[in-house]
Formats: sequence, C-alpha cells, structure tokens
Amino acid sequence: MSRPPPLEPGQRIDGFELRERVHRGGMGSLWRVSRPDLTQPAVMKVPAIDEDPTAIVGFEVEQMIMPLLSGPHVPTFIAAGGFEAQPYIVMEYIEGASLRPQLEQAPLPAAQVASIGAQVAEALHDLHQQHVIHLDLKPSNILFRPSGDAVLIDYGLARHERLPDLLAEEFRLPLGTAPYISPEQVLWVRDDPRSDLFALGAVLYHLATGQRAFGNPTTIGGLRKRLYQAPTPPRAHNPDCPPWLQEIILHCLEADAEQRYGSAAQVAFDLTQPQTVALTARASWTGRLPIGKRLKHWARSLGASPQRRNVTQQLQRAPIVMAAVDLSQEWEALADALRATVRRVLTSEPQARLACVSVLKRRIGLDTPTDEAGRNLHVQRLVQLQHWARPLALPPQRVTYHVLEAPDPAEAIIDYARANRVDHIVIGCRGVSGLRRYLGSVSTRVVAEAPCSVTVVKVSRDEALEAAPAS
Amino acid sequence: MTTALMTDIHANREALEACLAHAGEHGADQFVFLGDFVGYGADPEWVLDRLMGLVAQGATALMGNHDAAAVGALDPHLNAGARECIEWTRPRLSEAHVKFLAELPLSAQDGPCLYVHANGWDPARFEYVFGPSEAGRSMQVARSRITFCGHMHEPMLYHMGLPQRVEAFAPIPGSPIPLSAARHWLALPGSVGQPRDGNPAACYATFDELNHLLTFWRVPYDHEQAAKKVLQAGLPPYLARLLLTGGAV
Repeated sequence: MSRPPPLEPGQRIDGFELRERVHRGGMGSLWRVSRPDLTQPAVMKVPAIDEDPTAIVGFEVEQMIMPLLSGPHVPTFIAAGGFEAQPYIVMEYIEGASLRPQLEQAPLPAAQVASIGAQVAEALHDLHQQHVIHLDLKPSNILFRPSGDAVLIDYGLARHERLPDLLAEEFRLPLGTAPYISPEQVLWVRDDPRSDLFALGAVLYHLATGQRAFGNPTTIGGLRKRLYQAPTPPRAHNPDCPPWLQEIILHCLEADAEQRYGSAAQVAFDLTQPQTVALTARASWTGRLPIGKRLKHWARSLGASPQRRNVTQQLQRAPIVMAAVDLSQEWEALADALRATVRRVLTSEPQARLACVSVLKRRIGLDTPTDEAGRNLHVQRLVQLQHWARPLALPPQRVTYHVLEAPDPAEAIIDYARANRVDHIVIGCRGVSGLRRYLGSVSTRVVAEAPCSVTVVKVSRDEALEAAPAS
Repeated sequence: MTTALMTDIHANREALEACLAHAGEHGADQFVFLGDFVGYGADPEWVLDRLMGLVAQGATALMGNHDAAAVGALDPHLNAGARECIEWTRPRLSEAHVKFLAELPLSAQDGPCLYVHANGWDPARFEYVFGPSEAGRSMQVARSRITFCGHMHEPMLYHMGLPQRVEAFAPIPGSPIPLSAARHWLALPGSVGQPRDGNPAACYATFDELNHLLTFWRVPYDHEQAAKKVLQAGLPPYLARLLLTGGAV
C-alpha cells in the first residue's frame, strides 16, 4: 500500500470537506469535516498507515464494528471509506473533553469518582449488550456528552462476538494499554466482557488515588505482574478513599475474571448505591496484600483455564434480579411463593445479584414517617425485607435491600428497574377480584411498562385463603 | 441489492421451498445457486424445474460434481450411496433437465464476487475447501475479493488480510457480517438440502452488495417429509437419517 499524500484543510474526500485537524496522535488524526446534508457536527478519523500492521487491522476492525453500534454511549456512525485510497471513518463529533485531564486533578472526592464510574459502567453495559467488548478502555477513550452520558470511543482493539476477530492471531504483543490492560488480555484472551471491568477498576483507582494501580510497564514481564500481584489498596495512597469505594475498585481489579463483578451493570449498581455495598476483607486492606493472598492469586492465575463464554452468555449469568416484595398485606403464602420463585431464578444464574425492593406507599411531605407507636416505618420495612430474604441464605455481596417511599408503587418499581438496569423483576399478584381487575393491579402495570422481563407470582386460591388474615 | 446464495440443494424440495420463501421475506432480489442440485434427495425434477424458472428470470446457477455426474461419466470419487442416487436420478431427468445441467458453467464472476461450486483454484476438479489452508489457496489463486463456494455442507467464513494469514470464523445465523474491503473473504453458505453439522435446518446466505453485509441463515423446514420421500423413493435409508438428524448418522 503506498502512502497517501498528507491531508490539507479544504481537501475533499468522498464529498466531505476537511476543515481543521482537531487531534493528531500515534494512531492517526481527527479532522472536523462538513458536508451540506449533515445535520450534526462530524469528525473524520484517518489512520496513520505506516508500517504498523496493528494500526491497519485495528482501523479495519473499527470500520466493521462502528456501523453496528447505536445509542447514546457511542459516537453516531456516519460513513466509512475503503482502503483503496484514503481509509477513513466519519462519525458524530462529541463536544467536551475526555476524562484524561481529570487525572491531573486526582485524587478526586469519592462521590465524584463514583459518579464518573457509574456513567462509564452504564456505557460499558450498553456496549456489552450490543455484543461488543471495548478492550482498550482508558481515560482518553472516555468522553462525556453535555447530558452527562459517557461516550466510549476508539474501537480499534474491540471485539464483536458475532464477527470474525481480525486481531485474533495477527500479532505477537498483547493488545491493550499498559496501565489498564486486563490479565486475561495479557494472556491473549479477547472474549471476556469482564476485561473492560478490570480497565474500569484501573481508571477508578487512578481517579481515587492519583496513582496507577499497576504502573505503566513496558515489558511483557511487567504486564504479567498483574496476574499474580494485587495492587496497593487505594486507601494506602489516599486515606480519604472510603472503604466502599476501595471495595468496588478492588472487586473490579481481581486478577481472576471469575472473581470480578459479573457485569458492568452490577458495578454501576454499587457505585450509585454505596450505602448498600457489602464490605469484604478487600475494603479494609491498607497495606500490600499479605503474601498468602498474593500466592493465592498467583496459583489461581496459573491454574486458570477459563471456561469459554461469549458476551451474551456472561451477561445472562450475571443479571440483576429485583424482587418486588409487598409486605403491607401480610399474606404469607404470597411472600413464600415469591421467595421460592426468586430462589429458582438465582439458582440457575450463579452470578445474579438480588435487589429486594419494597415500596412504602405515602404521599411525600404529607404522611408522617412513623406509625402510631412512633416507630420509624422505613426502618421497620427494611427489617421485614431482610427477614423475608433470610431463608434464601445469600452471601451479603449478592443481595441488597431497598425501601422506596412513593405514592405510586408501580411507578416506583418501574423507575427503580430502569435506573438500575434490572434484568428481571419478580413480583407477586394478589388475586383476581373483580375490583382489582377493574382498577388494574400493580403487577399488571409493571408487566406492561417495565423495561425488562417480569415474572408474576400467584398462589392458588386455597393457599391464599388459608394464609390471609381473618377479617 | 441483496443476493441469496444457495448451494447443495440435492433434490430436496422442502428445503429449497423454505429457503426461497425465507430469502424473499428478507429482501433477496437476486439468486445464485452454487451447484449440486441433484443427488441424495427425492425431488430432482421439481428442484430442476424451479431452478430453470429462476435462471430464466436472471438467476445464476453453477455446475456441481453431482450435476456433472448426472449428465456425464460417473465421477469415480463419488461414494457408493451418491452413485446409487445418481443412477436413480438419471432416468427421471427430461431432455430439458439434461440440457440445463450439461450447460451449467463451473464459475461466474460478478464485480468483486467469484462464484464456484468447489474451489477457486481449479473449479473443474471439485476438490474441497476443508479448512484454512485450502481456503488460503483458493483466495490466493482466485484473487477476487469475495469467493462464494458450495461443495462443503457446513457453513464457514474464511478471511485473509495483508500478511496472508487465513482465519476461520463459524458464523452466527442471522447476524450480518460487514466484509471489509481490505481483505479477501471466502464464504461457504452451507447446504440447503443436506446439512451435516448436527442441525437439520437448511443453510443459505444473503449478501447485501450495497453495504457489503453477509448474513448466514438457518431455515427450519419439514425435514421429516423430505426424509419420508427419500425412503419411499427407495433411496439408501442413511440419506433419510441424515436429513432427520442434520448429519449425526
């Protein structure tokens, strides 16, 4: 392939006029471009096609994957041009800086780190649901829309599970960026969405501490260290980093992908609800990992023969399941049936997280939050919820409890499911009385409006009568 | 413009009908048939009549080794069962059928696409593209950017970039694959009439030429009926079992 002449402002490529170069990097340059029919600002990405085969194939990968992506977390694809003359991709121009300059300000306050992390995790989950693993997540590839939505750019190392992996065996060096690359990528595994969670953990680590979790190694040996060596706990660098944030970061940075969060949605769930994060030993480490732990990491990574799973299968085994528990009517039979169904769902999906949600129905600002005896209704409901879930015997990391105060239970459940990317709602339905059918039950509305699958649990009439309080 | 690529129909009326209907629903407006229209199945006359009608309307059809055997000297490479089917088929063919089969070309070129039954290096010898090394040989000799091959009954996609390393990809039915202009591709749509990968559903592919999107499809059809007809015709019973199991004999 002969080297094309350098690009100049005013030049036209396939109808696009080059305006100004907005970025020039090792892998190529970015130009603002215009075309009369374009309704949004656009940039043209032009690769530096020197002798580096990774850059050439990476650009091909990006040309394959970008047209298949959609939604707010990726730049809208506009056009791509062939390799015969001047290869290019034209895409939406995203206003605003990348996350990179914020590294200069690190360590950032925990709330800010969590908020950035949640946005990025949400974007990653959206990407994973489109069957794509980014595999080069780093601050310079993360942009933010004015709405706050994170946008992930640069798909040159990405993997689409339904397309051939053009990068699979082309090159000798592990593909990624040294401070963020996951241990499995160092070992040439390119099909695990949890690799992106590792990179996210490394980004959050840097934001929370001002330090790199694994330095910036330049040799394969240096990269391989993360296979057996856990990073210095964030709190050792920054005592202001709260235990919950350290827990989340180190959970993302587990050397063994199986020990990480099951999905980016689960990371976002914890980052947006820090008060519900179950703290493990990870949260309290303040020094280097004890030698026993390190050896354990090492042994695990040596023996690692990860079971091959694609992105879809991994997401399916790590759903967020929401149990909408109605404890206001003490209908034991329904609560039992609901629990039995939840147990079945969790048994078949070993990395599932359970969010137990109960709605305290009240008009905000009018009702008092205590009962006649002066007891706090919110706390009372939380205790009941934990009591309901206890027979499931779930480890604390897999279950959280939430009491929502809202005037409209159906709306509260649907909003919660949407905000937390819940995959599956399990909800009870108390029967089919004529009045209920006429008014419409909570479960009916949840089924109709929820953004995910809903399982409605009923009990047979006899059971319900037996369990119903006499009145 | 979307081209449906169908191959190795092997006188299976039910499978061809289902694939043609499916392709119509998915916007196919051109048809390329990559050979082996007869042999194994019980409906050679119906299948040939249908294909002759489509070719008269502009479809492309190529010669496969079973087609060549049906109208010429018996291929010594054909296995005993296949030979028996060819002997069974021959007296059923009309003059028009024989003429149609005898005049089929071995390959066809359409822009960046090369169509062949067996391989791109020597279409007349009907050697198989068993894996990456044969696929690489074919792509290097043929020099077309995209080669569509029949003959192999299992769907597969091979690609070759600049270092001339060939990779194989097992396609996922229904997921469009953009065929990058920067490399060579060799696609095996898989057999319409006699799938052999353990799934009895018929195989074919569509290619959207404007967007360079290749999609492999699996189409369930009444394979029990097709198998029953094989038995009723007195053809070797293992051929009926192949249809029922999708290859696990």
